[in-house]
Amino acid sequence: MEKLRIADKTFGSRLILGTGGAANLSHLTDAITESGTELVTVALRRVDPAAPGSLIEVIERCGVDVLPNTAGCFTAEQAVRTARLAREAFGTDWVKLEVIGDEDSLLPDPVELLEAAETLVGEGFTVLPYTNDDPILARRLEEAGCAAVMPLAAPIGTGLGVRNPHNLALICEQANVPVICDAGIGTASDAAQAMELGCAAVLLATAVTRAADPALMAVAMRDAVSAGRAARLAGRIPMRHLARASTAFEGMPTL
Amino acid sequence: MKIELNGRTREGVESVADAVREELGRADPAGLGRGTAVAVNGEVVPRSEWDRTLADGDAVEVLTATQGG
Repeated sequence: MEKLRIADKTFGSRLILGTGGAANLSHLTDAITESGTELVTVALRRVDPAAPGSLIEVIERCGVDVLPNTAGCFTAEQAVRTARLAREAFGTDWVKLEVIGDEDSLLPDPVELLEAAETLVGEGFTVLPYTNDDPILARRLEEAGCAAVMPLAAPIGTGLGVRNPHNLALICEQANVPVICDAGIGTASDAAQAMELGCAAVLLATAVTRAADPALMAVAMRDAVSAGRAARLAGRIPMRHLARASTAFEGMPTL
Repeated sequence: MKIELNGRTREGVESVADAVREELGRADPAGLGRGTAVAVNGEVVPRSEWDRTLADGDAVEVLTATQGG
């Protein structure tokens, strides 16, 4: 299948894995490996001296690229500062821009998000914004120079699946940058649906890391993303009101 | 001289490099500081400037890679 191109990079896998929620680094390593992903998200936090092992070492061992996020930021200023720190920490100008509006829904704050995106694009960042499933906001983010747009399927960690397939399809139809479905995926069929609607990739964390068997769910997501992409490219049949026989009536014997 | 290091008031931390050593310590015995970034009063201090001296009242954040979606 054709490769995914975002800004100056190409990826064989259309699944981006978030590292949040894994019970330990061993489970995370297995999930990354089994998912076939080539890009994983990480966050920046104060050093926890009790934390066992090194996340950076795991990522290096897996040979995948790092996409730092600005999770937990409520204002454009906070997110911009976090992105600058991430660039210093990880040596990449790629950033998953996340500016949330409240702690209960974790939904993006569109005003702060757009402001942060404009600032970061101006500073040379490759910006991948986590956004609402709003076609107008997605267009504004693209116009601001974002390298992709990442509309949610449903709020972070809910596993509710694609809540507004029509909006997601509209975003995909109009976008000239890759549309990456980010957040809200619960199981493999959700990921396949997002790809069938026209998404270029899927970003998920919780659905894999908090599954009873993360490595097995990683396999399921890998296959679902691949299947959904193939189905999209193959062109599905139109839906019909009445049945249409797949076996011809011609030649039926009189019995 | 008192500074705030990752939200705690500390004395005897003279430079950014001191602050990084204090915080990473056991987590990074080789002192590589990989996946680490420092902000002083909200502004990034590039690795090349970690020998910078701190001033009384500086708020220092030493941050590192953490699991996150």
